[in-house]
Amino acid sequence: MRILKSLGIVLVLMLVAYLGAAVPGGPALFGVVFPWLAFLIFVGGFISKVVGWAKSPVPFRIPTTCGQANSLPWIKQNKLDCPSTTMGVIGRMLLEIFAFRSLFRNTRAEIHDGPKLVYGSSKYLWLFGLMFHYSFLVIVVRHMRLFTDPVPFFVQALEFGDGFLQVGAPVLYQSDLIFLGAVTFLFARRVVLPAIRYISLPADYFPLFLIFAIGATGVLMRYFLRVDVVSIKQLTHGLATFQPVLSGNISGIFFVHIFLVSILMAYFPFSKLMHLGGVFLSPTRNLANNSRMVRHINPWNDPSIKPHSYASYEDDFREFMVEAGLPVDKELPPKPAAEDAPAES
Amino acid sequence: MYDNNKIIPGLIVFVGLITFPIWYGFGSAGHLPIPEKSTKSKECVESVEYMRTSHMVLLNTWRDGIVRMGETRHGETADGTPYVRSLQKGCMNCHTSKKKFCDECHTYASVKPYCWDCHLQPKETN
Ligand code: HEC
Ligand code: HEC
Ligand code: HEC
Repeated sequence: MRILKSLGIVLVLMLVAYLGAAVPGGPALFGVVFPWLAFLIFVGGFISKVVGWAKSPVPFRIPTTCGQANSLPWIKQNKLDCPSTTMGVIGRMLLEIFAFRSLFRNTRAEIHDGPKLVYGSSKYLWLFGLMFHYSFLVIVVRHMRLFTDPVPFFVQALEFGDGFLQVGAPVLYQSDLIFLGAVTFLFARRVVLPAIRYISLPADYFPLFLIFAIGATGVLMRYFLRVDVVSIKQLTHGLATFQPVLSGNISGIFFVHIFLVSILMAYFPFSKLMHLGGVFLSPTRNLANNSRMVRHINPWNDPSIKPHSYASYEDDFREFMVEAGLPVDKELPPKPAAEDAPAES
Repeated sequence: MYDNNKIIPGLIVFVGLITFPIWYGFGSAGHLPIPEKSTKSKECVESVEYMRTSHMVLLNTWRDGIVRMGETRHGETADGTPYVRSLQKGCMNCHTSKKKFCDECHTYASVKPYCWDCHLQPKETN
């Protein structure tokens, strides 16, 4: 049900764009207005999300300690998995962002006869996650050929490298294959593994379907249905230079593609996809584990509340503590010798 | 906001990166490719619409057909003009300049067909 709902939404969106672009005014709406709007939502939403996170205090050091912390000199510290210095944190973040180190550490638990619980390493998510993200990056950078004129050298270099196998015409880009394969894996993983399926929500399936549909329409356009790239570049380059031209014969599939991308951009800041920004602001990764070396002051502490030591606490409550039979550091001062004279007062 | 000194530069870099096409081409409309008209014939081997989107597929089928299946090298356009099904002796016979025809679009769309690694280009007249 969660799966079908997400799939249904994506299919409806595709249909809307396909039919919408066929009516007069549709191309301008789907080709110009929506992409611009979506880009604004993307940038604005992204910034406001990050600013919102930046406003939340992180009162404690909460790095996940995945290795030996800094300790006595003869105990070897794991500098990357439990960093205590800024350099260590930078190393950890670089590995996290560029190599998805925490996914690499993924383990799988299995129960065998016995019963015996067995943990094994599970690298598939890491591998396909890495393939997915890098091919996505390559594809995004390659698309800059449609938004820039003259096309910068790094885009041309990337196109050359990506089409290196020189299969067919137009040449096959490896990243296209890897991308669709990896999205398919990431989807299959959610469907096939019962435990993962149980925790998967429409918010997990929808982006997968959306991204798959974007990739599939792109592949269709390039290798199968084929579109007039020159006319399309006139439009897309115009989007970047604020003088879009809708000319020539742009087929409906292009508007489906660009509408899905617009939806993705507009949806991005409000979804789990914000881990693009979130990974940088993740306090379990970007804090040094140095609580025993540096005093961290809780930012929301009220400065008018002064420290209250145990000694002064006991001074305040010693009588009651003694009365309740609690141990005290300092005994009550001996009472005036009138103890057995109840008539006092 | 906490950690302004890191987060604000980070956001600036991010926005700078994603707006790359905007500031890179700011103020220039780019030039439109105008492939030179062929003077040798009135029409292409297929409809212009098809040629604009799929000429590379056509070339690929020609190549596979001729080199691997021994297909004929002779073709005729819809109005009966004969042509040679060949990159060098066909396409470049009617479209006599690679620079003013093929490259006009290809530079714009950033495609560099590797065909010319082996196939000879026509001599450019100027
Ligand atoms: C109307 C503009 C236009 C003209 C004229 C043109 N091309 Fe192309 N050509 C393109 C576009 C656009 C692509 C890229 C399509 C894509 O990226 O999906 C392309 C791609 C190709 C490819 C595939 C290249 C690759 O690496 O994928 C070949 C081969 C090719 N053209 C050959 C030619 C030849 C030969 C000529 C001259 C006789 C020519 N083209 C003229 C627009 C044009
Ligand atoms: C018989 C001569 C002839 C041959 C052979 C020929 N063309 Fe053409 N081609 C033309 C003519 C004439 C036009 C312009 C048609 C028009 O504008 O109606 C044209 C148009 C085109 C266009 C569209 C250009 C534009 O302005 O949009 C492309 C692309 C193209 N040809 C590529 C090729 C390729 C690639 C080959 C080889 C497979 C080829 N042509 C072979 C005569 C030829
Ligand atoms: C490795 C060198 C090489 C490359 C690269 C190459 N070709 Fe060829 N091509 C040949 C040879 C050799 C023949 C055979 C020539 C013959 O039998 O007349 C041929 C034949 C052809 C033919 C049929 C005959 C003719 O005269 O044109 C076509 C069409 C063709 N190639 C198109 C292409 C296209 C399009 C590309 C780029 C996508 C390309 N070739 C890249 C070597 C190459």
